[in-house]
Amino acid sequence: MLEGKRLLVTGLITEQSLAFGVAKLAQEHGAQVVLTGFGRMSLVERIAKRLPAPAPVVELDVTDAEQLGSLADRVKEHTDGLDGVLHSIAYAPPSALGGGFLTAPWEDVATALHVSAYSFKSLAMATLPLLSPGAGIVGMDFDATQAWPVYDWMGVSKAALESTCRYLARDLGPKGVRVNLVAAGPVRTMAAKSIPGFEAFEEAWTSRAPLGWSLTDSEPVAKACLALMSDWFPATTGEIVHVDGGFHAVGV
Amino acid sequence: MTREEIREGLAEILEEVAGVNPEEALEEKSFTDDLDVDSLSMVEVVVAAEERFEVKIPDDEVQNLKTVGDAVSFIETARA
Repeated sequence: MLEGKRLLVTGLITEQSLAFGVAKLAQEHGAQVVLTGFGRMSLVERIAKRLPAPAPVVELDVTDAEQLGSLADRVKEHTDGLDGVLHSIAYAPPSALGGGFLTAPWEDVATALHVSAYSFKSLAMATLPLLSPGAGIVGMDFDATQAWPVYDWMGVSKAALESTCRYLARDLGPKGVRVNLVAAGPVRTMAAKSIPGFEAFEEAWTSRAPLGWSLTDSEPVAKACLALMSDWFPATTGEIVHVDGGFHAVGV
Repeated sequence: MTREEIREGLAEILEEVAGVNPEEALEEKSFTDDLDVDSLSMVEVVVAAEERFEVKIPDDEVQNLKTVGDAVSFIETARA
């Protein structure tokens, strides 16, 4: 399904990362993968070596204008263009997550919005010179239509991400570029483990999702991300695909 | 590989990944409380240790590895 596709995958930090699942499955299905890493580049490099095939890693801090500006050129050293981009990046300072909704200072909220929502636009624009018509950009979402326990300003950031997706779809559609989100159920990643009170999601999801839900299997999420990047959703953009076992569709 | 050889290897990893003085990396030392290894550094220590000692350290197990000695014991058993 992905034979010959050239993909840029952000957000890989451990083997549990959703991005790792996407990169692994992409390679298994014939895609060529370039990774971006942030912060602990040595760790990203080590984890990258555990993929089925070699994948070059370029550094990217999505809040660094210089790095964004040079991203296309640095990716171009490894591939002549891109057919898909995965945005799997989010961060909220501790004050903005885990129960401090009413007290988190604006500076911390601003950081959360910058890294988790505005960066979707930044990454799209930084990679646009490499994107071929029909290319798909996919972002990692967590359903933002309701308020959750402990998710706080990260929840607001995801609402902003969902809106950003629609505006990107509007503005990149004429260039033939599709922009979509996958609203995933909870998976025990490094990011999830850093959310105090994450267990509340685990219990709710596994008991309520009509299809059931695995907290440790990222493959369903990876499959949806790759499907959206593939040629099999040619007329879909500005969409949010729920990969949550059906949790969002049912009440108690 | 002896227990001491494992500890020395781990000390080298701790120095490389988290800047820990190898003389400090003794069995009774706690990664977080004594050696100031943060959670992301710990992830990298684990990954590096898996490669160096050719073992698999499951995610669930990592939280039980409080001290250098805990990690040495786990690696020793896993290699046996």
